[in-house]
Amino acid sequence: MIWNPNKECMSRDEMHDLQGKRLQKLVGYVYHNVPFYRNKMQELDIAPEDIKSIEDITKLPFTTKQDLRDNYPYGLQAAPLSEIVRVHASSGTTGNPTIVGYTRKDLAVWSEVMARCLTAYGVTRDDTFSVSYGYGLFTGGLGAHYGVENLGATVIPTSTGNTEKHIRLIRDLKISGIACTPSYALYLAETLEKMGLSKKDVSLRIGAFGAEPWTENMRKEIEDRLGLKAYNLYGLSEIMGPGVSYECECQSGSHIAEDHFYPEIINPDTLEQLPYGEQGELVFTTLTKEGMPLLRYRTKDLCTLMSGDCPCGRTAVRMGRIVGRSDDMLIIRGINVFPSQVESVILDMPEFEPQYMLVVDRVNNLDTIQVQVEVRRDFFNDDIGRMLAMKKRLADKLKSVLSIGADVKLMEPGSIERSQGKGRHVIDNRVLK
Amino acid sequence: MTIKQLSVFLENKRGRINEVAKTLSKHGINMHAFSMAETTDFGILRLIVSDVEKAAEILRAENFAVMLTDVAYVTCHNESGALAEILECLSDNEVFIEYMYAFAEGDKANVVIRSGDMNKCVQVLKECKYDVVRDL
Repeated sequence: MIWNPNKECMSRDEMHDLQGKRLQKLVGYVYHNVPFYRNKMQELDIAPEDIKSIEDITKLPFTTKQDLRDNYPYGLQAAPLSEIVRVHASSGTTGNPTIVGYTRKDLAVWSEVMARCLTAYGVTRDDTFSVSYGYGLFTGGLGAHYGVENLGATVIPTSTGNTEKHIRLIRDLKISGIACTPSYALYLAETLEKMGLSKKDVSLRIGAFGAEPWTENMRKEIEDRLGLKAYNLYGLSEIMGPGVSYECECQSGSHIAEDHFYPEIINPDTLEQLPYGEQGELVFTTLTKEGMPLLRYRTKDLCTLMSGDCPCGRTAVRMGRIVGRSDDMLIIRGINVFPSQVESVILDMPEFEPQYMLVVDRVNNLDTIQVQVEVRRDFFNDDIGRMLAMKKRLADKLKSVLSIGADVKLMEPGSIERSQGKGRHVIDNRVLK
Repeated sequence: MTIKQLSVFLENKRGRINEVAKTLSKHGINMHAFSMAETTDFGILRLIVSDVEKAAEILRAENFAVMLTDVAYVTCHNESGALAEILECLSDNEVFIEYMYAFAEGDKANVVIRSGDMNKCVQVLKECKYDVVRDL
């Protein structure tokens, strides 16, 4: 099934025209409402009238995560606060979270694109669907929630945590679909088995998984153990949240809702636009957003774009799997973590040397992060209680900055390997089988 | 009268205690007693050595985090009930013990005691006529 054939199956020419018109309107809108973009465009000596078609997008400036941080909290908002009805936030690298405000129309677009995703996965009004992304500042929970409601299926807002209770609900309410991170899906399978149950005891048939990288092998394992069909769901809070792109039944890349989010692939070093088929950094322009529209936002996600008709009937451009990042961002249990966040916390605490190492692993299908720090000689104390308090102080600060718990390991001064030039701060032992 | 104990911060890593022992032996320093306190990721090695100032200097030069701590070093008879008597004397006088370790040789036993209030600890021990060692 296709939720919105008018848009999802639009001819390429029509889509091209629609994107051109929307871009023209968008550029005028940000030029007159966001000083940041007006200044950037004036520096590049371009005016809104210079944008005549979607091809002119290459004349426009890029936007980076740093720009969002520098303009914290509302500097990039185009709509007045009176029009903003909801705000989401994601973690920032230097303590400043990224704030994204949504107008009523933005939320309508979001539910629309999420309904497109769910329909592509085969979800209908007759399904009972559990949303197990975190509800709150993170876009995953509420984003998926309103998509399910818009579609007309029954939403069970389970959020994360309390997995045994969740499994009971899956069984008793005959929940047929679930949205969560792929690693949580595996954890769910494990808990199911620990409770002495199997996929035969539940009636899950569809899974919408995203917010962290996963592989074909993980897909097979999740499908085998939960007895469902697993689909990729992609999104990022700066652009909207989940629903930016989605797999159809052909599962040959994820269709981008490109009437709302215009994708480009660029060379991250030269910033030149690359043709479809070449791997590079994914860039999005929010064609219809009102709250915080972004021009050419650099996602730092590396992938390829694929054109061509899909047997499913959709004409929208597809993106391949995310193969990596062009920066050092880690995704831990669906949450973005930058080594620089950890660094800024450690540099603020005189008890520790500036050297540190992040050891990331996956234990029982859950990501773990250990922060190894060196205790400064002057701060070593014979009193174990004081040493443990020092450890807890750092763990508490990390938790408040990263939004996830990190295990702190106190190390001897000089024991963390010093590297020449660019320091190596991450050991990622997760094997994406 | 307290004596100085040498405390060394150690990661839980195979061979670390050995490193300390080797470094001290290279410089002719003798260990009289030691104990190891451990947590899941680090430990604190506490030592009574022949030349504590020199030992601290040597270990610092080898990048160890070290600290000198005041402790009471008490000797008593190596017989049943001797330690209980000392502990009772401290407890009756409201001296709180943070940690202690002991070893015996022949008819003599040696007890190292760390308290939150070392002055009071030593004073109480002396008042109870225990043999508090001034110098090793």
